[in-house]
Amino acid sequence: MSRPAIEIDNLGKKYVIRHQQAALREVFTNSLSRVGRKITDLSTRRPTISNVGPKEEFWALKDINFDVAKGDRIGIIGRNGSGKSTLLKILSRITDPTEGKILIRGRVASLLEVGTGFHPELTGRENIYLNGAILGMRRSEIKHKFDEIVAFSEVEKFLDTPVKRYSSGMYVRLAFAVAAHVEPDILIIDEVLAVGDMQFQKKCMAKMKAIADSGRTIFFVSHSMSSISHFCNKGVLLDKGQIRAIGNVDQVVDNYLSFNTEEKDSINLEFYEDRTGTGAAMFTWAQICDADLRPRQLFSIGDDIVVRFRFRIQDSFCKQEVKLSLGIRNSEGLQLCNMVDSDSQFSIRGVRSTEEISISLRDIRFYPDTFAISLWIGNIHGTSYDSVEDCLNFKIVDGGKLTSRILNKNTGLIFLNPEWKRIKYEIS
Amino acid sequence: MNLKAKGGLIILDGRNLDNADLVIQAGRKDPHYWKNLWKSREIFYFLVWRDILGRYKQTTIGIIWSLVRPVVTVIAFTIVFGKLAKFPSDGIPYPVFVLIALMPWQFFANSLNDSSMSLVTNAQLISKVYLPRLAIPFSAVFLGLIDFLITFAILIALMLWYGLMPGWDIIFTPIFILMTFAASFGTGLWIAVFNVKYRDFGHIVPLALQVGIYISPVGFGTSIVPEKWRLLYSLNPMVGIIDGFRYTIIGGNTTTMYWPGLAVSLFIITAILVSGIWYFRKTERTFADII
Repeated sequence: MSRPAIEIDNLGKKYVIRHQQAALREVFTNSLSRVGRKITDLSTRRPTISNVGPKEEFWALKDINFDVAKGDRIGIIGRNGSGKSTLLKILSRITDPTEGKILIRGRVASLLEVGTGFHPELTGRENIYLNGAILGMRRSEIKHKFDEIVAFSEVEKFLDTPVKRYSSGMYVRLAFAVAAHVEPDILIIDEVLAVGDMQFQKKCMAKMKAIADSGRTIFFVSHSMSSISHFCNKGVLLDKGQIRAIGNVDQVVDNYLSFNTEEKDSINLEFYEDRTGTGAAMFTWAQICDADLRPRQLFSIGDDIVVRFRFRIQDSFCKQEVKLSLGIRNSEGLQLCNMVDSDSQFSIRGVRSTEEISISLRDIRFYPDTFAISLWIGNIHGTSYDSVEDCLNFKIVDGGKLTSRILNKNTGLIFLNPEWKRIKYEIS
Repeated sequence: MNLKAKGGLIILDGRNLDNADLVIQAGRKDPHYWKNLWKSREIFYFLVWRDILGRYKQTTIGIIWSLVRPVVTVIAFTIVFGKLAKFPSDGIPYPVFVLIALMPWQFFANSLNDSSMSLVTNAQLISKVYLPRLAIPFSAVFLGLIDFLITFAILIALMLWYGLMPGWDIIFTPIFILMTFAASFGTGLWIAVFNVKYRDFGHIVPLALQVGIYISPVGFGTSIVPEKWRLLYSLNPMVGIIDGFRYTIIGGNTTTMYWPGLAVSLFIITAILVSGIWYFRKTERTFADII
């Protein structure tokens, strides 16, 4: 057996986060004020506190070990911030690891972003050459494949138009076409297929499949579990920078869908990291339960689901027009609904710190799948105070009071049982 | 694909490395750095080509713009310093005298400015794709060289107008072109790296260059600098370069070369270039994280 295409040994990447971005001026003023404070501290005998933004170490990746055989199609799975992109960046030599090492056998090309290095003023033709060179192709090679690239991109007519005049679809097609023709031994792709129309995405997938079938090794990052399981044969599940599962892609995808649901019918959100917003309000706790308020995560079609949550608010907060919303997405990341309090004539104005919010979703009708709940609080102008994505999960399973037949995942999203009638009609 | 036991044996001996095409390891220096740079030389070409094409798109007179700036500056200098202030020009017609100095100066200034900003303007490239990073500031300086060579057309025209012929010393001019290249590339590397972290340098450089044109011997000859200050004055590397240009292109008969000054310039330029490359290589792997 030949040696693995990639050997990853004990890989780790550490970032040092400064909570305030230091500009040169601040470096100067901070050191000045530190000296100044030291002097005053000496007189008042207080301990010195540095106001240079606190430094925090953060391991984006830690203890990553695995080998990749030649011809494997590896799907990298994980939530936002799990280290997927960092891993791809290290593999593509964009950034250095902090520890460990990687051995690579073969030529690597990476496509972390569509159209990297495209120059808006240059024409499509010129950008094919430029982009090809940036992705590591020789001029002769680009010349040789030029017609093929153009045919794939479907922009023949606009080859001599500056790409700044392209539609976003044309832009993406051209960019993918160049990248797909680099023909490396190892291809690294980061979710670039999320763009473009369905038809072109299909074409891209087919092209990637052809690349893989010709014995090349592919790394593929996507949030779409269906693309991953359709395209990859192996999976790596990353969680907080570490490998959580590795192996056959179906098992890993399964693991991903279920690991979110383990012991997570309630969650303390005080120190939850995957959040955005100004922080004027913060979710502190959330729970998912049944109609009797018993914590639960498995439901059948037709059940009632209750989501409860608590949050902390700043002063004078209640005077503003506050809005709450709850979103649900399925395992493929498709946002199924986004429920806003005002739609149900509900407002949290005047809410007390001892009160929590409960949302009852009666008669749930989703097809069996794993679902993730996101919470959002903000104001009516769209300012986001706090947003926690995918903080809770629940699962809809087959069976239950409404149906006993097996509901295949790709036969629908919403289960409806309308009224069926037999109506006698007159033959005229 | 198999999952190795955590904390298991890490194979680090040479045997394992010899059939890997690429080893990525913390702090590891690429043993074939220059060879790989040479292998990817086409990227230099493409970056220069991109910038030339991109710069003059949607302009009507295109590359002629490269000529406008030196011509306007020469006219301004001739009126202000040549006619009004009556600066001595070592017996050479003042416009020619200024242009010969202005050419290397603008080459230096433009390429220093462009190369020091090059990493920041190409941030997307740096954080999304791997390419030899040294190519980015290098191609910026190379672009300056092309502009510089184009301005030679003005010089030739001007010298023909005044009926001047260069002496045989002109065969040494390429040495000074090379020195200018090295000076702006070396300085550009340092500042480009600083700029990655502190964008302040993007404001400092144009300011320094604006002052620099007056403290460099562009509008005047070094002969007006008192003898005892000349060595000190030569710490400005552009002094030796501009002297060299004047001497080799036109002044072979009328001016003399100040050799100690040239030696100082040469030494400083070499030091800046070597240290610049060293510093660039030392820091280039962190660019993507902080840019």
